[in-house]
Amino acid sequence: MTVAATGSAQTYLKGQSRWHPLEIAFWLATLLPYVLFPDYLSLASQIAITALFALSLDLILGYAGVVSLGHAAFFGIGAYAAGILSKTFTFDFLGSTVTWPGLGEPALGLVFAALMAGLAGYATSFIVARFRHFTLIMITLGIGLIAEEIANRAHWLTGGSDSLQGINISNLLGVFRFDLYGYTAYTYSLAVLFIVFLGVRRLVNSPFGLALRGIRENWVRMPAIGAASQAHVRLAYTIAATIAGIAGALLTQTTQTAALGSINFGRSADVVVMLVLGGAGRLYGGLVGAAIYMVARDQFSGIAPQFWFFWIGLMLICVVMFLPNGVLGGVSAIYRRWRHK
Amino acid sequence: MNRFLVSAALLAAVLAPGAASAQDTVKIGVIAAYSGQFADTATQIDNGIKLYMKQHGDKVAGKKIEIIRKDTGGPNPDVAKRLAQELVVRDKVDILAGFTLTPEALGAAGVAQEAKKLMMDMNAATSVVTEKSDYIVRSSVTLPQIASTAGNWLATKGGAKKAYTMVSDFGPGIDAETWFQKAFKAAGGEIVGSVRMPIANPDFSAFIQKAKDLSPEAIFVFVPGGAQPAAIGKAFAERQIDPKKVKIMSTGEAVDEQAVKAMGDVAVGRLSAWHYDYNHKSKTNEAFVKAFNAEFKRNPDFFAVGGYDGMHLIYEALKKTKGKADGDSLVGAIKGMKWDSPRGPAMIDPATRDIVHNVYIRRVEKVGNNYVNVDIDTVKDVKDPTHK
Amino acid sequence: MLPPVIGVLFDGLAYGMLLFVLSVGLSVTLGLMNFVNLAHCAFAMLGGYVTATLVNDYHWPFLATLPVAFLAAAAASVFFERTLYRRLYGASDLDQVLLTIGLAFMSVAAAAYIFGTVQQPIRTPEFLRGGLSAFGITLGYYRLFLVGVALAVTLLLVLGLEHTRFGAMVRAAVDNHRMARGLGINVGITFAITFALGSGLAGLGGALAIEVVGLDSNFALGFLVYVLIIVAVGGLGSITGSFIAAILIGVSDIAGKYYAPEFGAFFIYVVMVAVLMWKPAGLFGKR
Repeated sequence: MTVAATGSAQTYLKGQSRWHPLEIAFWLATLLPYVLFPDYLSLASQIAITALFALSLDLILGYAGVVSLGHAAFFGIGAYAAGILSKTFTFDFLGSTVTWPGLGEPALGLVFAALMAGLAGYATSFIVARFRHFTLIMITLGIGLIAEEIANRAHWLTGGSDSLQGINISNLLGVFRFDLYGYTAYTYSLAVLFIVFLGVRRLVNSPFGLALRGIRENWVRMPAIGAASQAHVRLAYTIAATIAGIAGALLTQTTQTAALGSINFGRSADVVVMLVLGGAGRLYGGLVGAAIYMVARDQFSGIAPQFWFFWIGLMLICVVMFLPNGVLGGVSAIYRRWRHK
Repeated sequence: MNRFLVSAALLAAVLAPGAASAQDTVKIGVIAAYSGQFADTATQIDNGIKLYMKQHGDKVAGKKIEIIRKDTGGPNPDVAKRLAQELVVRDKVDILAGFTLTPEALGAAGVAQEAKKLMMDMNAATSVVTEKSDYIVRSSVTLPQIASTAGNWLATKGGAKKAYTMVSDFGPGIDAETWFQKAFKAAGGEIVGSVRMPIANPDFSAFIQKAKDLSPEAIFVFVPGGAQPAAIGKAFAERQIDPKKVKIMSTGEAVDEQAVKAMGDVAVGRLSAWHYDYNHKSKTNEAFVKAFNAEFKRNPDFFAVGGYDGMHLIYEALKKTKGKADGDSLVGAIKGMKWDSPRGPAMIDPATRDIVHNVYIRRVEKVGNNYVNVDIDTVKDVKDPTHK
Repeated sequence: MLPPVIGVLFDGLAYGMLLFVLSVGLSVTLGLMNFVNLAHCAFAMLGGYVTATLVNDYHWPFLATLPVAFLAAAAASVFFERTLYRRLYGASDLDQVLLTIGLAFMSVAAAAYIFGTVQQPIRTPEFLRGGLSAFGITLGYYRLFLVGVALAVTLLLVLGLEHTRFGAMVRAAVDNHRMARGLGINVGITFAITFALGSGLAGLGGALAIEVVGLDSNFALGFLVYVLIIVAVGGLGSITGSFIAAILIGVSDIAGKYYAPEFGAFFIYVVMVAVLMWKPAGLFGKR
């Protein structure tokens, strides 16, 4: 990423904020599934949700350099929050039976999930922001595992290993049912992805975003130029947790299921793989990585599921050895070489 | 960006839905966890399916049977639901089958209900599954069936007055504990204590010591399959709890073939209640085991029987409906069906669509150089106790 | 007469010793080369399968297979170190994590392909079964064996580090790479040999683990978390640290389950996070 030798930071940021024609093409392409792959809309919806999750991780991993192996904790909190909110509870209160009606309205669920995940992110950010390198990896792993264990233990609340039952999601905007073909699901997920993406894009192309990149490159130096490293990381981490929670809620609402798979180590690890595959620190890296990974996994699930681990392992090794900046990094390198011919 | 669009276009070309499925094919979508931790379960279910089709051909009532397999990667209901949707919408399957674990079955239930397709649960053992849709039939087993039989038998014919329960702390374990205790107490026994062990638990000595502290005459154990059965069996021996002196009762998973092989002598005397063992002496089973070994070079287990019997029900139903494969016809045909399964006589309860079969009480004994589960008693026609 | 809890604590100690043998190699390589090798348990799994195959299919005596498990894992690690790992010595944490996790994934798939997904049973020799009854408690023979092996390994490692020239080179390289190189120590060969040693110990640990925790094609990933916890808590590059951490984790895990089973698995995660917050480099870490 070259910065103009002359010109201020403002100009640089303004330049980055302009919409590149490829970006517009990308977002138009997300409308293609309606036309080209109408039978794949459920998959497209889950890709959009996973892309949102990967985007949230990019904020901390790609931009602030925080390697988190426990990010699914927030995805799971959001997923379970939205699910539990929609359930109807009956309990005894002062002698009479009270029925708490489930709040299944999707928008409400999103807000609630964002709040829960954001709070959890804020609380843990105090721990996470203080460490780097291997210690940080292990602490985020530990937090993720603790979250998974809590979800497993509290089966009176989460359904534990049997998954959450009784989820009752209302129609979107009161009108649109989550249908068998996935039209509503995909439209909803895509819309939320786009809106949040706009927000994140604004954020990374702001002085805050620049500070995050500075923190990633040189943790020690940043306070010397007046950027409070820990506070910035905490903020980024909280925002990332909130977005992850929104993604989790989307999954629960579009599938009416919530299980330990939304909070376990596998989900944390998958999203790291996706982000690196696509290219971290590039806004679109998570989106591209999620698309490639999920499509590949879907294809493998029908052809040769036992070999999925083999190919994903091989692919990881290849990406690390030959495509260190992910697919997008490789593409932009080719593009640059072609430009300079 | 270009790379993405190109590959998307290629995908479209390769995967464009083919011509509408021929009228004379019945497609079955098998959804199971073929990769990951539960891969072996899915493999055995699949082996059961494959063996049935080999023995009975792939044509029934004039229709060709086609199997489409999809991997969920584990107990992921969101993936199972999506795969079920894709199978119904894209591949136009007539029947959904498989389901290694409960969350997968719960995820797909809504799809079966909405699309009105028969859903054959070949493994998931939580009672509530069959209640989630009118189109779900179970060919495997339910845990309450087994646990309550075990509790009842142990207090009556087993002659134990006091029991201690040790189960893994997750859905099936808690189910097992609840129904064992209920039946044991109802038959006059007393539960002297209980403990729930963490699901990811490599070491049992702490929990066994807690049991030993109370010197119970009987212990009920439930752990998930895999490494834990052998580990807990060996831990009993290390803490010097002898199955020949203390009645250790469990479900079949805790004394499966690999577990008893690994435990060796310390397994002798272990009691269990289960619906299937490869060692069960019946003509049907002996033929089944022989054919299974010839094809797959290993013994069948209850997962394989779930798959095998599931296919049997589908075939017989198609024969009855003369090839009509819509959900209502098939479910109607299956309700009340009785057949001679390798496990023994079996039936699908017309009211609940759940499996009704014999539960055998077995004891581990050394036969020649092998350790096997030998039937010592039979409790006939056990229904799942939870359905109203 | 000792209270039964002593027997439980002994089991925790023995379990900890097994974890030590599995983890010490990773701790040393992490401390020495600053290389995050998440494929460490894949080498352990290799050792386990070597032993299982030799015992079950070729009827070797169990004890004789242990050195073979060690050597097989060490040899495999040399191969991967020469071809893949050395290219990433200077790379970022994330790249190392991903490369080695990729390797671990491939090993799981390979194990499933070759051996199937089924549990590998193992029958240990007669004299290792059963237990020793003393003072009212029972000490399992196999667990005594584990403790013995771990102590022997520790002794050899410590003696090797303190009293051999090679050990001195390793210590120098851990403390300060560049200085060591400047003094003419061939840091590359030192790394390679230490890495082989650490992976060999993982292989040995994998073979010993079958009896206690079982072996299937998922072992490389399933056990990784425990090993990482020991390494993080003990401190990178410290044998003493791994030893203490392994005992701490093993005993507290078991004691936690005995006294508060509802807490169960939580305990060690919380212990790890707490220790790392107090001492980010681990209890005996050097950085």
